[in-house]
Parts: sequence; structure tokens; C-alpha cells
Amino acid sequence: MRKLAFITLIVLTCWFAADSARAAEIRISQNATAGQPLSIGTGGSGDGTLYLVGPGQVIKRSIKLGNDVQIKGEELRSAGRWIAIIRSGSSSESSVFWVKPGAAESMSFLARPSRVPVAERNVISGMVFVFDKSRNLVLQPTPVNFSLAVNGSGAAHTVTSRNGLAWIDAGSGPKEGAAQFVATVGGTSVRRVVQQVASQPCNLRMHVSQRMKDQMVVETDPIRDCTGNAVPDGTIVTFTESEKNSKSTVDARIKKGVARAVLPASSNATISVASGIVLGNELHAGGGE
Amino acid sequence: MKHILPVIFAVLTVALIAAGSVHQSSTAPASTPEGAVQSMFNNVKARNWGGAYSYVAGSSNVDQQDFQRDLQGRYSSLRTYSQLENVDTRVLHENDNEALVRTELKYSTAVGASYDTRDLKVTKDEGAWKVNWQTEKEASVPPQVIPVNYLRWDVIWRGQGDDWGAQNVDGPRIRILSANYAERDGAVIVMGEVVNEDTVPAFVSVGAYLVDKNGQDVAFESSFDKMSHVLLPKEVSPYRIDFPGQKLSNLKSVRMKPDSMLVPASADPVIGVLHQHIEKDAKGRTVLKGELLNESGQTVNIPHVLATFYDDNNQVIWVSDGYADHALLPQTPQPFAVDLRDDLAAKVHSYRVTANQYSLNRED
Repeated sequence: MRKLAFITLIVLTCWFAADSARAAEIRISQNATAGQPLSIGTGGSGDGTLYLVGPGQVIKRSIKLGNDVQIKGEELRSAGRWIAIIRSGSSSESSVFWVKPGAAESMSFLARPSRVPVAERNVISGMVFVFDKSRNLVLQPTPVNFSLAVNGSGAAHTVTSRNGLAWIDAGSGPKEGAAQFVATVGGTSVRRVVQQVASQPCNLRMHVSQRMKDQMVVETDPIRDCTGNAVPDGTIVTFTESEKNSKSTVDARIKKGVARAVLPASSNATISVASGIVLGNELHAGGGE
Repeated sequence: MKHILPVIFAVLTVALIAAGSVHQSSTAPASTPEGAVQSMFNNVKARNWGGAYSYVAGSSNVDQQDFQRDLQGRYSSLRTYSQLENVDTRVLHENDNEALVRTELKYSTAVGASYDTRDLKVTKDEGAWKVNWQTEKEASVPPQVIPVNYLRWDVIWRGQGDDWGAQNVDGPRIRILSANYAERDGAVIVMGEVVNEDTVPAFVSVGAYLVDKNGQDVAFESSFDKMSHVLLPKEVSPYRIDFPGQKLSNLKSVRMKPDSMLVPASADPVIGVLHQHIEKDAKGRTVLKGELLNESGQTVNIPHVLATFYDDNNQVIWVSDGYADHALLPQTPQPFAVDLRDDLAAKVHSYRVTANQYSLNRED
């Protein structure tokens, strides 16, 4: 009889110990998503405190053990590794769980460069970082649409993001202008402008437009690049008049598509024109051109 | 006895004050031609214009205001910011009533020394030597309207509140067209040309690291005023970087470091560089001379001339510069001269001169 009582006492002690041990049991769904409500089940009885420690965020809540705890979507903002800790009296229980990013709702769109010469291959790059509502990087593959167009004509490509990143390389078009570079994720679009500018001057030619007693005016034809775009106003065009013992130079600026310079009149001079590293034609002033 | 020391000190003090007060008048009549020139310029140094003018001969037919403007400069030119530092005089010839004195003036300015050489005629007038001062004829621009409608570039940068991925305007693309090295006067010189390949203006600086035979950087310098820093689209500028105290024989290589930044700028003014030619000056030095012509409507206060010299292979063999101490008035030619090293003169096959400018009334 004494033996039976002893065994019963041991069983009761073990049962009490086991019950105490699961006083702070935590049950969390492994499909937690940032921005979505989360239910955390607890075991045991009595009062306790729930701590949720996540990336850059801590949530503290007083709870009744044995009830489910509801965490609102706007509270659970950060995706990543979280730890749930329940403290009750001197005991505590913890559990690790992962929160996934939510659906793609925003992005950061890096477009480079802001200015590019026309008709060059793979000179424009666009890179999109896909984020959810709470600015968590969305790691799930997500389709991102890129479109690049000048004056409505252009091309579009869809790229699926990998590890939250989608990118594209594109060439510049043949026409100058402000290219609209648009990235779209879900219903969100971000626009960047890539200014396509004329390339190097092509077939640079000049003529004497006016002769006066002491000076003459030389003027270029309209200056265009090799695809027919006008070289921007303000570009430097250098006129050089070389005589036997001296020379004169004027760094003229293109204005309304042409560059013009006033040079000293000469009976025997060679006039040359250049813009940057591009050379134009030569004229001989005085002895017939 | 106890009053002796105070009395001695009082007498000594009065004597010293009296001795300090007695000095030669700054307008004392000059007894020699050189003395007249020296006295006049000593007064100029002290900015005692009245005193300086007292040494000007009445026959010069110049009033004090013109005389002062002549020496002090006008239109906020480099001369207006300079201080006469040194005057060297030498009598070229002299008789009882007349002399010719070569006067070399050295002005100190923020951009280095500025020199002016004048041959001054000095005459004896009522027993005292006086200087015949000929004012420089500075052309005045007739009243007119000069339409200037050149392009201006303004820049709007990314705002503080913009997203980190938001686009910004890129810096301009520049390229070093050439780089050449030489050792001159105990210094390594790195020189060449740089071009702004972009369609926007650029603020450009060119630096260089000297690398020794162990691959270590031993010195870094950048081009200060031996280049044009603001380059408009497709504009080419020379650059020259001096490394005093370095030797080419100790070096393995030179690493160039060009930098550029987008800046607001104006395409105005256009400065023509006319009638450029190389000749020997009065002292026998080789100089590149010519005229600057400001084709715009605003006065250029401090013109800066940069000359690039090339050899037979079209390599840059020297870059020199010079500041004109006179302002560049609109539509008015202004002579300039830039030094060329005599030891390089024979190697120069061609040259290119560009004009840089600093103007007060411009925002850029």
C-alpha cells in the first residue's frame, strides 16, 4: 500500500511538472506574412507577457495564457526572423518563426544614365528593387515591366525579379529627345527620364557667309550628328584662320543649329573648323576656295 | 639726484620723436632722371597719388585722374587688385635736359607677379627732373545695344526628400585626349589636353599621381590655373601639372585623375584670339603675342590666356598661361603676350591659344 502511494505521488509530481513546463507553450503559423494579421496560440493558464522581437521592431503584449493572441497586420511590418517569448512568473518560453514579405506594392527604380548619346548599344540600364507595402524586399519572383520610349515609339520588356531585383540593359534610340523609361510592378509605375542627346558632329562643313573690308564672317552649315539629330546649341566649334606668320582662332558656340565667327580679312589664309575631336572642311581665303 | 633719470628719459623721448618726424619730403624735387622716376613710383606704391602726380611734367598733358586710373587700373581689371611691389630703373640715355629711363614694374597680384616695362621720357623742368607720362589710350565703347542670346544651362539637382533610388542628373563625360611628361627646372611636368565630350557644361579638374618604381604614390598635384576649368560642350582645354622637386628617373608611371562636375554656365562671352604669332620681345625672350577680341556685350574683367604648344608629332610639349592686367571691353581688341620657353621655341611646330575669363557681373 505504501508502495502504491509512493508511485501515485511520483506520477502526480511528474504530471504537475509537465503541466508547469507547458504553461507557456507557443503555437505560431509558419506562413506569417508582413502586413497581414497573425494569430499566436498560447498554452497554460494565468497571466503572462508576450514579446515579439523582429528585424528593427519589438512588440510587447500582456496576455492571458491559454488564449490566442491577435497581432494586427499594421503591427507586423518587418519580414525576416522573429522570436516570440512568453514570460510567466519566473519561467519563459520562446519560439522562432519567419515572416515573409507581403505582395509587391512599391519599388525603387534606378535608371542610369540620365543623359546618353543616341544610337549606342546597351548604354541604358534600369534596375528595380521590388518592395511590399512595408518596404520589405519581395524575394518571391515578381514580373516587372520595363518600357523605354521617345515620343511614344519604343519597346517594352517584362523581366521576372530574382531575390527582389529585376534589371534590364537597353540601347539608346536613333532620335534625340527625352526618353520615358517606365518600370511597372503590379499596379505601380515609376517613371524616369533619360535624355537622349545628339552624338558627335558629322560632316562638319563651313563657308564664308560675308566679306567686309577688314573682316569676314564664316558660318557652318546646320550641324548634325550621323543620325541627323541637331547638335545642341552651346556646343563649341573652333574656327582657325592660319596665315603665313600668324593665326586667329575663335571658339564659337552653336546658336540655332549653326556656328558663326568673325575672323580678320586675309588675302591668303587657310580656314579650318573643328568641334571637339571632329574636324571639318578647310577653306582657302583670298586665293579662291 | 632722484630727478635726473626722469629728466634724461623725457629729453630722450622728445629727441627721438623729433628725429622720427624729420624725414625727406615725399615730393622733394628730383635731382636726377632716375630719382624722378623712383620718387614718382615710391608715391604710387604708397598710393599717394597727389605726390606721384607732382613728378609728372606739365607738358605730359595728363590730369591727375587719368594718371591715377592709368596706374591703378579700371573696370575691375587685374591691375585694380594688384600692388606695385618693385621698380627697377635704368637710364638708356641722358643729356642735360632730357633722359630716357627704362622702368620695369613688378606688381603683386592674387595670381602671381605681373610685369610692366615702360620707357619713360624724363625732362628737366625749372631745375627739377619730371616724368613725361603718356596715358595708355584705352578705347571707349560707343553706346550701343549688343543683342546676346546665347544659351545658359541651369541645373536642378535631386531634392532632399526624394527616394534613394530617385534619379539624379549625371556628371558630364570628359576625356583626357593626351598626356605628356617632361622634366624642367627641377620639376616633373605633366601636360596634355582634356575635352568635355558631353552636351552640358562641366567643371573639370585634372590631377595626377606620380608612382615610384616600387609602385607607391609619391606625389599628387592638380592643375590650378594652367587649364580652363569650366568647359562647354566639346570644348578642349590644355592642362599642366607641376611637381616641384621630383625627377622622372625616379618614377615608374603617372596615374591621371580627371574629375568633372555638372555646373550652371553660360555660353557667353565669346572671345576671339586674333593675329597670334611667336616673336622675340624687347628682352630677347620668345613670346606668343596676339589680340583678344571680346565679341560679346559685357566687359570681361580679367582675361586669362592659355597657350598649348605642339611638336612635329602633334604632341603637347608645353602649356603656358598669362593674365592680361587690362579688362576686355566689348568689341575692343586687347593685346596679350604669353611666355614660351626659349629652349622649346625651336621644337614648336604649332600652337593653340584659348581665352578664359573672370567677370564680376556674371553669376556663373
